[in-house]
Amino acid sequence: MEQLKTIGRELAMGSQGGFGQSKEFLDLVKSIGEARSKAEEDRIVLSEIEILKRRLLEPDVPKRKMKEYIIRLVYIEMLGHDASFGYIHAVKMTHDDNLLLKRTGYLAVTLFLNEDHDLIILIVNTIQKDLRSDNFLVVCAALNAICRLINEETIPAVLPQVVDLLNHQKEAVRKKAIMALHRFHRKSPSSVSHLISNFRKRLCDNDPGVMGATLCPLFDLISEDVTTYKDLVSSFVSILKQVTERRLPKSYDYHQMPAPFIQIKLLKIMALLGSGDKSASEIMYMVLGDLFRKCDSSTNIGNAILYECIRCISSILPSPKLLEAAADAISKFLKSDSHNLKYMGIDGLGRLIKISPDIAEQHQLAVIDCLEDPDDTLKRKTFELLYKMTKSSNVEVIVDRMIDYMISINDNHYKTEIASRCVELAEQFAPSNQWFIQTMNKVFEHAGDLVNIKVAHNLMRLIAEGFGEDDDDADSKLRLSAVESYLKIISEPKLPSLFLQVISWVLGEYGTADGKYSASYISGKLCDVADAYSSDETVKGYAVSALMKIYAFEIASGRKVDVLPECQSLIEELLASHSTDLQQRAYELQALLALDARAVESIIPLDASCEDIEVDKDLSFLNGYIQQAIESGAQPYISERERSGMFETSDYHSQDHHEVPSHALRFEAYELPKPSVPQQASTELVPVPEPSYYSEPHQPIPTSLVSERDSSEIKLRLDGVKQKWGRPNYQPTTSSSPNTSSISQQAPNGTATQHSDGGVGSSSSKPQSSYNSKKPEVDPEKQRLAASLFGGSSSSRSDRKSSSGGHKPGKGTANKPTTIPKENPTPVQPPPDLLDLGEPTATTVTTMDPFKELEGLLDSSSSQDGGGSTDVMGLYSDAAPVTTTTSVDSLLSELSDGSKGNSRTYQSQTSKGPNSKEALEKDALVRQMGVNPTSQNPTLFKDLLG
Amino acid sequence: MIKAVMMMNTQGKPRLAKFYDFMTVEKQQELIRGVFSVLCSRPENVSSFLEIDSLFGPDSRLVYKHYATLYFVLVFDGSENELAMLDLIQVLVETLDKCFSNVCELDIVFNYSKMHAVLDEIVFGGQIRSCLKRDFTCPEVCFRVARPIASKLA
Repeated sequence: MEQLKTIGRELAMGSQGGFGQSKEFLDLVKSIGEARSKAEEDRIVLSEIEILKRRLLEPDVPKRKMKEYIIRLVYIEMLGHDASFGYIHAVKMTHDDNLLLKRTGYLAVTLFLNEDHDLIILIVNTIQKDLRSDNFLVVCAALNAICRLINEETIPAVLPQVVDLLNHQKEAVRKKAIMALHRFHRKSPSSVSHLISNFRKRLCDNDPGVMGATLCPLFDLISEDVTTYKDLVSSFVSILKQVTERRLPKSYDYHQMPAPFIQIKLLKIMALLGSGDKSASEIMYMVLGDLFRKCDSSTNIGNAILYECIRCISSILPSPKLLEAAADAISKFLKSDSHNLKYMGIDGLGRLIKISPDIAEQHQLAVIDCLEDPDDTLKRKTFELLYKMTKSSNVEVIVDRMIDYMISINDNHYKTEIASRCVELAEQFAPSNQWFIQTMNKVFEHAGDLVNIKVAHNLMRLIAEGFGEDDDDADSKLRLSAVESYLKIISEPKLPSLFLQVISWVLGEYGTADGKYSASYISGKLCDVADAYSSDETVKGYAVSALMKIYAFEIASGRKVDVLPECQSLIEELLASHSTDLQQRAYELQALLALDARAVESIIPLDASCEDIEVDKDLSFLNGYIQQAIESGAQPYISERERSGMFETSDYHSQDHHEVPSHALRFEAYELPKPSVPQQASTELVPVPEPSYYSEPHQPIPTSLVSERDSSEIKLRLDGVKQKWGRPNYQPTTSSSPNTSSISQQAPNGTATQHSDGGVGSSSSKPQSSYNSKKPEVDPEKQRLAASLFGGSSSSRSDRKSSSGGHKPGKGTANKPTTIPKENPTPVQPPPDLLDLGEPTATTVTTMDPFKELEGLLDSSSSQDGGGSTDVMGLYSDAAPVTTTTSVDSLLSELSDGSKGNSRTYQSQTSKGPNSKEALEKDALVRQMGVNPTSQNPTLFKDLLG
Repeated sequence: MIKAVMMMNTQGKPRLAKFYDFMTVEKQQELIRGVFSVLCSRPENVSSFLEIDSLFGPDSRLVYKHYATLYFVLVFDGSENELAMLDLIQVLVETLDKCFSNVCELDIVFNYSKMHAVLDEIVFGGQIRSCLKRDFTCPEVCFRVARPIASKLA
């Protein structure tokens, strides 16, 4: 308290008068505020800089004045002007004895200098002195500065003192010392590696603030290496438990939430520790369940903790009950009006979906709403979610959506990302090659400059290889469709270069293969391309090679070749090109035109782009040559690794013997350079071609050695793709997707008849009207989208869908109690009970709670020493796991009795929010749209499906 | 880890900028401008979160809040919780409000060093000083100081 008063006085001294600053400064700020243009602002700031330069040079500037000047310097620098002329004065100010001036000095220095600045060396000494100060505020100021100003080299200068401060009597100092140590750890882990045990020790600090601060470095340490901290799991759980039980002083509450930032950090740590670890996860289940019950979802911070719980649950070994609770929380988020919460909901959904893929289903409409939301951030997050839940059944809808969005945005960074995602999804899940090619065309057309070149190579490969071995007919169909689509697109202006390369290659390779298009037509198109993009040499090169192939195929098939006049002029132009590559291609083309059919055929065989080429990796064909060279006195080849390894060891030895530091002079003679004859020979004999031309068949044969290597790299992806493309899988799904949507249109009627049949007694007009009344809210367009996104999603969930399909129509027709006899028993169980298994364990844990200190820490009497705290840890690891496992057992046993399905459907209904009827109707409809009919209601769907 | 704290007014003038990794003055300006141009293109009533990999490198997010004439902006990486960050802004603003009784843009401009002191109590070296004592040292002090000033102004 005394110190507080000191600071108060200090600050008060600095803040006399209006805002505590001189009129000059006020005027400066005001005039900058009123400046109408950047130029005017710059002018004002420049004149201010002049003034300050002058003033700072005056002798005997009063300290108060100097302080203000420094603050003005900071202000100037914030506005983007260089204030380096005043840095030295800020450094000087840190030496001042007056606390306020010192703090200002440190503040300015931390804002001005980076850790490698030359002036730092002048401050280190001051910092050292300040760390030893009696006034804890001085120490705090120095610790603040340390975080920013100390680099790897200066850490040792202050480290011992910082470590001493870990035991300072003031908690504020201990806390800052922990943070400083954490900062050191981030800067250079090796410098503080021997001090890491301090973090563990400080976790048991009397002061919750220090304990909380310790969580930050522990989080870092644990994310680097989980295993060595497994013993702390029960401690963390118990701390979290105490925090949630409000056993910290009230002053840590924020919006009625006890120490939320500590809770969040703890949850993050638990997520790390529990991932993939059964026993650790089981210890956590109970406290997580408690959190879900206790969290106040009406405040922002409560939701932040809920969200963190969801993250934690999705990371540790899943527990069905907790997943349930998490799904509930997510649905609350998604139903909220706040975009922030929706965002969190979508994010949480994306996390949970990995564990239980069916969770998204009940939120499909919410997801689609988010997708159509004007909020860009939300949209992107939703696309991320869709990306995660893409399957072969919904890939078409999702990728189409993504492409539409991609076209609509201008942000190149995100465009690239979404384009590559489209490509990835298309490669993985494409239902047909046709679709794949069309999709790729779209991607290339709109983001061609942004996608990776490999994508283009993949596409060419796919067109060349087609479905694979046995289906030549389909292959040629595919190629024809590709050629057709390209001919359509090719005349559009401003296509991306990469796309044009693909087009040129495909047209050259397959343009005339089918006989549908004449050679002169295709070559005319290619000439147009070369003309229109005359500044792009790569495209031109591709176009010329394509021309060459077309003419070669013509010649080889014995037809007479008429070189178009524009083509002729193109060749002539290129013969004089500055680019040697283009020139060479033009000459080759010219030479080829003069050859006879047989020669041409062997140079450029038809459709040979995917012929396998034998690669002799050992270059055995060179053996004879090498033998000869060795016989004539050359040294045998030593591989690069051996050579460097040899040098290293010899260096090492020489150092070892003479103990010469590495930067000292070497006195031995250098080894003679080894002539690497064989290596040179190999580079001469095997010219390494540009990889981008790897599949051009006109290349001389040896070069394709390299192309094979390249293609094997590229191949990786496609192999998987091809398997997924087993066509039989796809034809049914694609054809059935329109079916399901058409069924879903009729579904309400169907259910209605079913009800009257079943003797429920509701008239068939009733559901009809409810359907109509809801129509304005849920756009049928959206429903169709929902159906196509989520529709074929999960066959594994058929059991649940069947039950919902069974009783949902009943709910839709509402208020007839007779329709819901079955569900009644389960809903009686209130949701909290589902999770409320932990009471006994809670008591046992708290009775032997060693963290009682936390509770009583404001009593100055209860002090604690380091030795006691380690014992405390021992206690934990013994007792806590035992108690919790029993609770988890009971949890599991309850699950096994089959109440799971019912309780889930109940929960999903109760969580619909205030407008329950509407929600139920919406829900019912969605289920009919998206859900496959199954056993529960067989007759109903039988007539729909035929 | 928190990467930067910024306050700027609705015209894009920076009022306070603190970067927890060193940046050159030019880079800071570029980032401030970049952030502002993103913020002012945001419509009303949308979420307060943004992914701004393009400015701050991969996996960086931004949370902002708009109070009267000021944007409060926090930039951080994936290890932080967005909603919690939003509340951290709230904490900061509430604290400032306590310090300056009805904080306004001018308070922030003219009490530059105090602003930094408050901020240092809340965020330290890029980490939240996770304990959040409502009465932590500095604001209390500032509060005492601010009261007489406020009364003088009135």
